[in-house]
Amino acid sequence: MSNVFIAFQSNEESYPIVEAILADNPRASAVHSPGLVKIDAPDSLTIKRETIEAQTGRPFDLQRLHINLVTLSGHIDEDDDQFTLSWKH
Amino acid sequence: MDTRVLTKKLGLKERYSAMTRGLGWQTSYQPMDKVFPYDTYEGIRIHDWDKWEDPFRLTMEAYWKYQGEKERKLYAVIDAFAQNNGQLGVSDARYVNALKLFIQGVTPLEYYAHRGFAHTGRAFRGEGARVACQMQSIDELRHYQTETHAISHYNKYFNGMHKSNHWFDRVWYLSVPKSFFEDAVSAGPFEFLTSVSFSFEYVLTNLLFVPFMSGAAHNGDMSTVTFGFSAQSDESRHMTLGIECIKFMLEQEPANVPIVQRWIDKWFWRGYRLLTLVAMMQDYMLPKRVMSWKEAWEMYAESNGGALFKDLARYGIREPLGWKDACEGKDHISHQAWNTFYNFNAAAPFHTWVPSDAEMAWLSAKYPDSFDQYHRPRLEYFRAQQQAGNRYYSKTLPMLCTTCQIPMLFTEPGDPTKICYRESDWRGNKYHFCSDHCKGIFDHEPEKYVQSWLPPQQIYQGHCFKPGVDPTKEGFDPLLAVFDYYEMNVGRDNFDFEGSEDQKNFTAWRGEASANATQGDKA
Repeated sequence: MSNVFIAFQSNEESYPIVEAILADNPRASAVHSPGLVKIDAPDSLTIKRETIEAQTGRPFDLQRLHINLVTLSGHIDEDDDQFTLSWKH
Repeated sequence: MDTRVLTKKLGLKERYSAMTRGLGWQTSYQPMDKVFPYDTYEGIRIHDWDKWEDPFRLTMEAYWKYQGEKERKLYAVIDAFAQNNGQLGVSDARYVNALKLFIQGVTPLEYYAHRGFAHTGRAFRGEGARVACQMQSIDELRHYQTETHAISHYNKYFNGMHKSNHWFDRVWYLSVPKSFFEDAVSAGPFEFLTSVSFSFEYVLTNLLFVPFMSGAAHNGDMSTVTFGFSAQSDESRHMTLGIECIKFMLEQEPANVPIVQRWIDKWFWRGYRLLTLVAMMQDYMLPKRVMSWKEAWEMYAESNGGALFKDLARYGIREPLGWKDACEGKDHISHQAWNTFYNFNAAAPFHTWVPSDAEMAWLSAKYPDSFDQYHRPRLEYFRAQQQAGNRYYSKTLPMLCTTCQIPMLFTEPGDPTKICYRESDWRGNKYHFCSDHCKGIFDHEPEKYVQSWLPPQQIYQGHCFKPGVDPTKEGFDPLLAVFDYYEMNVGRDNFDFEGSEDQKNFTAWRGEASANATQGDKA
């Protein structure tokens, strides 16, 4: 088992995304360092458009993740509704 | 009547495939192999280019939209930083020396990457790979420009940045990043992607952009942290391109595996050596520290890289040959590099210093197995000498490794007290190396590395003086003639931070604020 991670700039646009990830991935944990929030999760992590939209109350295009994304690890599977990082071992 | 009405918008996957798969065609005036002559000679066999998948599936339209948004955000910060004299808010003027190394040694690599990806994208016959390279080429040009814009503000107030492009092609330690990238761009297209996209971007780039940029934030440098994270948001795409490219090559043909493994071995080591400069920036040049090089290495290389190589094991890929030696080096390389620059600081256009007691206490807490034992005594000796008025500057030139071009400062695996030397003989000449891995890289492609432009050799051969300089003239000082060729301002750009113009200016600017405040109190 290995961790995947994703990190965002620490700002107002990222907070609902981070909240949504923590809500949808019970084993994920967030670490804050200056300017940055990094979320680690064992094996895989999924970001759901619906959960972010429920947080903010407005439509969200998942590709907006690119704007505040800092780094990530793992294989990516993305469509219009979800974005998943995972390892295959 | 002819207008087609789409009942449903295309999904992400369809949009991406409509964009990338419709763009290519089989050429008929000339055979495909003549139109794309470079994507076969390295021995990589590709049977089906349509298997290339970009997992982010960005279309050009979305790319421009999001990149435009990133730029607007970034420039709002850069403008605000300049308008509000942000340079006065950084933790200490010593911090700015990390930015000097950045603009001297990192920013020019962005431009090399821009050119490299433009060239490499042209070489592939698969449209998916071409589009990914095109986007990355534009990203890299953006990084070069935004870093130059952001740091140009500091150039108005601090020394050591005014000739950074000129220095990149000439100054001794800058041949380390320069030769790294020239090695990559002069390789074939698949090796280039393995070197830059995979080994550098995927395995190592987090070490440069994540903890260091977080460090910039911690030291009050809003403009650097913003360009750093803005660049890094593109890196996530680049890293993904790197891992896709590796998987694509490995899945297409089992015979590709040993070729890719050799490239991974080579480029992991080349990238690791290059990052020695970053290790030193992180441990010594940030007055307020976020994490040590060792901690960053454990988080981003050992744990994340370890997961990656476990994942690639199903294709028959193992961890890079130099992996264990690199992990051992985490206890030493930042200290060894700082020691070297401290000694050669007459010839380097940025400042060095002996860390304060508090900083040394931090280093010993972070490096319990190495700092007090091997590295602290040297720094304390330097400090005693400096206080006695004997600040030492080496006036000779260091011996470089022919492959990585770093001075011989690394130690033997298992013995941090003994400098590591290796050598190879090739066609009547002797070549020197810092490690088994740099020697191994040379031995596999000696025809390439005998062409290395090694600054000490070039200086001794007389190639690094301005035209018309006469070395036979009485009183000729070769080192000063080299600095003149570098266009370095001796006494302002180089030497110890203690007593530097940067230090005096910064103290005066800060003092002005507190002096005015004190006068305000009296009134």
